[in-house]
Amino acid sequence: MANNAWPFGMNSTAAEIKETTKLGGLPVTRWAAYPALAFSLLFFVVPFLIMVAVSFWQRVYGRLEATWTTANYEKFFSKSYLVEALFNSIEVTVTTTLISILVAYPLAYILAHKVPPRWQRVILLLTILPFWTAYVVRSYSWLLVLSDNGIINSTLISIGLISEPLHLAYTRGATILGFVHFFTMLLTLTIYASLIQIPQNYRHAAADLGASPLQVFLRITLPLSIPGVAVGAFLTFVITIGDYITPQILGGNTEVLIPQAIMLQVSRSANFPMASVMSIALMVVVTGVYLAFSRHLKMDRV
Amino acid sequence: MTKRWLISASATGYLVAALVFIYLPVVILVLFSFQDGTLPVPPFEGPSLRWYEKLFANERLLDALLNSLLVAVVSGLVTTLLGFLAAYGLSRSTIAIPGVARFLLIAPITVSYLIIGMGLLISFNVVGISKSLLAVGIGHVVINLPLAFAIISSQISARHKTIDAAAHDLGASDLQTMVFISAPMMKASLFAAFCLSATLSWDEFIVAFLLSQFEVTLPVIIFEMLRAGLTPEVNAAGTLVFAISMALVLVAAATLVFKSGGER
Repeated sequence: MANNAWPFGMNSTAAEIKETTKLGGLPVTRWAAYPALAFSLLFFVVPFLIMVAVSFWQRVYGRLEATWTTANYEKFFSKSYLVEALFNSIEVTVTTTLISILVAYPLAYILAHKVPPRWQRVILLLTILPFWTAYVVRSYSWLLVLSDNGIINSTLISIGLISEPLHLAYTRGATILGFVHFFTMLLTLTIYASLIQIPQNYRHAAADLGASPLQVFLRITLPLSIPGVAVGAFLTFVITIGDYITPQILGGNTEVLIPQAIMLQVSRSANFPMASVMSIALMVVVTGVYLAFSRHLKMDRV
Repeated sequence: MTKRWLISASATGYLVAALVFIYLPVVILVLFSFQDGTLPVPPFEGPSLRWYEKLFANERLLDALLNSLLVAVVSGLVTTLLGFLAAYGLSRSTIAIPGVARFLLIAPITVSYLIIGMGLLISFNVVGISKSLLAVGIGHVVINLPLAFAIISSQISARHKTIDAAAHDLGASDLQTMVFISAPMMKASLFAAFCLSATLSWDEFIVAFLLSQFEVTLPVIIFEMLRAGLTPEVNAAGTLVFAISMALVLVAAATLVFKSGGER
């Protein structure tokens, strides 16, 4: 159960190797991990700490000054449009995550239980292949589908269902659709990985004992597949809430999400202290969600 | 009997509908890159290669394409090397705190790219390092290292360590064992880790956007092109990006699924 979803399923190796062989030559094994650790420390941990520090600084005539004040945080919470951006982001992200689970679960279930085993890998690969590709372009492609003269509107008009185009693009709905498209693929992978690990016997036993198919699903399959749902949902949440490009391309200009608000601080006024405060606010939300999910994620054990 | 037929029919229907949903935008993107008109929307006129010709006459875009390839390959190689060393070192854990080390290596995956990019942007700004392709490459190693480390770690098995011990007994030094015995044994996962890291770097937008200035990567250029609205030229550029990523991912997937799958 523990290694339910790649890339987190890798806890099989470390524990069993406690014996250390007496090694000749260079003590390679002793330093082998250090370059990566040093790199992560230098370019991941330290920058994060610098960002935290800068969030307490002030910008004076376009230059950063280490004044150590909480003024930026007060400003963030007093500007309603900044806090609103955070709440917009949370709404969009939660909606995206829920819809993606609802779309992906049946797909993963069908793959695991209705598709013949020798076809499963091929269809799974087909299902998740576009996940890895062409990030910027994908949002743009949805524009081709949703815009006023795009595929959907021109099809509906040509068959006479509507006479005026529907405004589908440049809305919150378009942003969510773009996200759902992306994360259906990811969640299908993580849920499928969970589903195929459930021993068939459990379901057979439950059926033999008189459970209806629905009961088997609700009492056996669903609870045992929760780890796959949790990992996928968490990754969906993290990536969605921090994504700038999808709302920027598909969302139009009626509302901003927190990544767009952060980018505005950077590009419009190079206001790094405020951008830091907002990044940290985003980080706090993500960490909170991580803690809520951590029981199912087992990331501390990887 | 009819009920079972109904269930399998609706399962097939759902599967087909899902695949249509997943591939619809891609198909439309590619189709309208061959549009002869000036708008990538119906009706389809063509096929025509005029937008590809325009694309390959666009020097800024070609420069960006080369920059992207350079950053993808170099950051992919560095990521794979660091990931391999880390996975190798930690699996023979002589390090004092393997749990903390693993956590540190995996942690960036739980943080948005935007925050990683912002952290680097602000730090480079404070320290006085200017934006460059090198900065972008560093950012890409940070975001891809967890994945490379996870893939490579997952493919190290107890058998590998037995073989290591045998190599030692036969007189190979520690370094020789790592370079000539362990690394070649894991070449499938190293190759897959490289392909995935390179693909993600090739495609990555936000870190590249934040950390580059004069020399930019392809996703950044495409994003700039989007300001002009819908044009088949973007479709053509997108198709190009898509084809290259697809090829890399397919190679990675094939290596992982078909080569090392049986080895575990």
